[in-house]
Amino acid sequence: MSATELNADKSFAKTSGVKKTDQKIFAAIGYGALTIMALLCLLPFLLVVSSSLTSENKIITAGYQFIPTDFSVEAYSILFKYPTEMIQAYLVTIGVTIGGTLLGLFLTSMTSYALSRRDFKWRNGFSFFFFFTTLFSGGLVPWYLLIVNYLHMKDTVLALIVPLVLNVFYIIVMKSFLGGIPEAIVESAKIDGAGDFRIYAQLILPLSKPALATIGLFLALAYWNDWYNALLFVSDEKLMPLQYYLYKMLGNMDGMRKAMMGAGAVVTTAIPTESLKMAMTVVATGPILLAYPFVQRYFVQGLTIGAVKG
Amino acid sequence: MRLRSFWHDVKKYRMFLLMLTPAVVFYLLFAYIPMAGIVIAFKRYDYAGGIFGSAWNGLDNFRFFFDSGNAWQVTRNTALYNVAFIVVNNALQIFAAILLFEVGGKWFRKIIQSSLFLPYFISWVVVGAIAYNLLNYDIGTVNAMLRGLGMEPVDIYNTPAYWPFLLVLVSAWKGLGYGTVMYLAAITSIDTEMYEAAEIDGANIFQRILKVTIPNLYPTIIILVLLAVGNIFRGDFGMFYNMVGNNGMLFSATDVIDTFVFRSLITSNDIGMSAAAGVFQSVLGFATIMAVNYAVRRYDKDRALF
Repeated sequence: MSATELNADKSFAKTSGVKKTDQKIFAAIGYGALTIMALLCLLPFLLVVSSSLTSENKIITAGYQFIPTDFSVEAYSILFKYPTEMIQAYLVTIGVTIGGTLLGLFLTSMTSYALSRRDFKWRNGFSFFFFFTTLFSGGLVPWYLLIVNYLHMKDTVLALIVPLVLNVFYIIVMKSFLGGIPEAIVESAKIDGAGDFRIYAQLILPLSKPALATIGLFLALAYWNDWYNALLFVSDEKLMPLQYYLYKMLGNMDGMRKAMMGAGAVVTTAIPTESLKMAMTVVATGPILLAYPFVQRYFVQGLTIGAVKG
Repeated sequence: MRLRSFWHDVKKYRMFLLMLTPAVVFYLLFAYIPMAGIVIAFKRYDYAGGIFGSAWNGLDNFRFFFDSGNAWQVTRNTALYNVAFIVVNNALQIFAAILLFEVGGKWFRKIIQSSLFLPYFISWVVVGAIAYNLLNYDIGTVNAMLRGLGMEPVDIYNTPAYWPFLLVLVSAWKGLGYGTVMYLAAITSIDTEMYEAAEIDGANIFQRILKVTIPNLYPTIIILVLLAVGNIFRGDFGMFYNMVGNNGMLFSATDVIDTFVFRSLITSNDIGMSAAAGVFQSVLGFATIMAVNYAVRRYDKDRALF
């Protein structure tokens, strides 16, 4: 149970026994408004799933619908019959997400650790060096030209990993978490003769699991949902991550047809493009939605810690 | 002597310096060198000359950007959208957090919070697909409903007037869960004795929220709002690009600095003007952040950014 839920149970309304009229009115408003908001957040997802399961004819004549009246799995059967490109995109995304998240966690925690050590004289100087990049930037153009024309990262997997690997916000969050670890632990390790890197790797990392979990989730979500770096830097179809592949397919029906045929589909009947779009959306979103209940708990804890710490 | 003590420190802190090296290289390369690349905005960029070898052309790129008529439009759109996002999103998030704190049992709260948080986890590409599903002229759900009710369908993707509302709605939708959790955390840290005192004084639940909860949220609200104000000239590229794309019909209502810079760079390959617009954005952004920081310092020194 997260701190939020624990404390929320202290809410005064529940401890005061008899419910008064104002509380009843408030409860009616509260339950009503929250339920409506929750439904508004959920219904669009239902719409996409339902559309992906509706026959193409029905969509074209009656539009996308919340409940499939003319049930069909044609879109999915086409999608899974010729899945080569989709699988390729999945592999790119999974690889980039795992690699980027691990590398990002390592770099973020190592950087934050050095910055969190009070006996490091230059820590404030370095902190400002990092922080300043959030205040001012050269803008998209020099950044883009540097990566494409000077570092030659276009159409390499580096272009998908490197831009997201470090984030000043995560460094600050991690640093403030590490600041809460008692200095005595570091001191005693030093007396035992441990070097600074060893203290970081063997003592600090195991103690910072909650912070690592939170930042790891943020990183993983950013990598999984990234399409922007692909939009800028990837034209090689073998390197397209899932979200960018979805973006391309949604905007380009001819591309979708070509992809299906290229994968070996003999297109005798019309491809159900509309339901296929939605089926692709479902397949591209699926893993996030499956991992979501688990992931959300950590997110809430991480956010709560962050908010309390300011 | 001074130099010697410097080298002494370098030696003393060599492990920390080593640990910081990857991050320092990263930010030098991807943040500080691009800052130097601002000179592109004052040059006529050609690929042979590159960033530093191209010929200077003074303020021509800026003049072109301002004369094109786009400068005012994209700046205004960026700022107005962000103001609307700040007001609407924070109001809704505070509203949801207060309700979530006051009503419901553990399960109700869990289900609602999970539902509100769901949109935060999906990519803007998927949001774009959902929007298409809802708003498409021929087969979108909104128009299917309108036709079902015997009303005229609306051509949303060709009508700029709808977009300010749609984009504010989408932004609120996607950010609701995240912000609600932040505010809920702030509410749960309010001292319960204050509520008990209010109860003894005979406050009803509405008075309690207005007189205890909301005033106690002021510090959080002010910080979150001011941080957002600091970014008022930055558009959420992912949202605008996936909702609107390159639909020129809508630019009058939807084009922000970020989409304009992107289009000038990638689509029309106008590197000089794109860089000039980017510099204009960075300078405006920097000035706002400095102003905001000054304001926060005056309000509460400990909460200032720097």
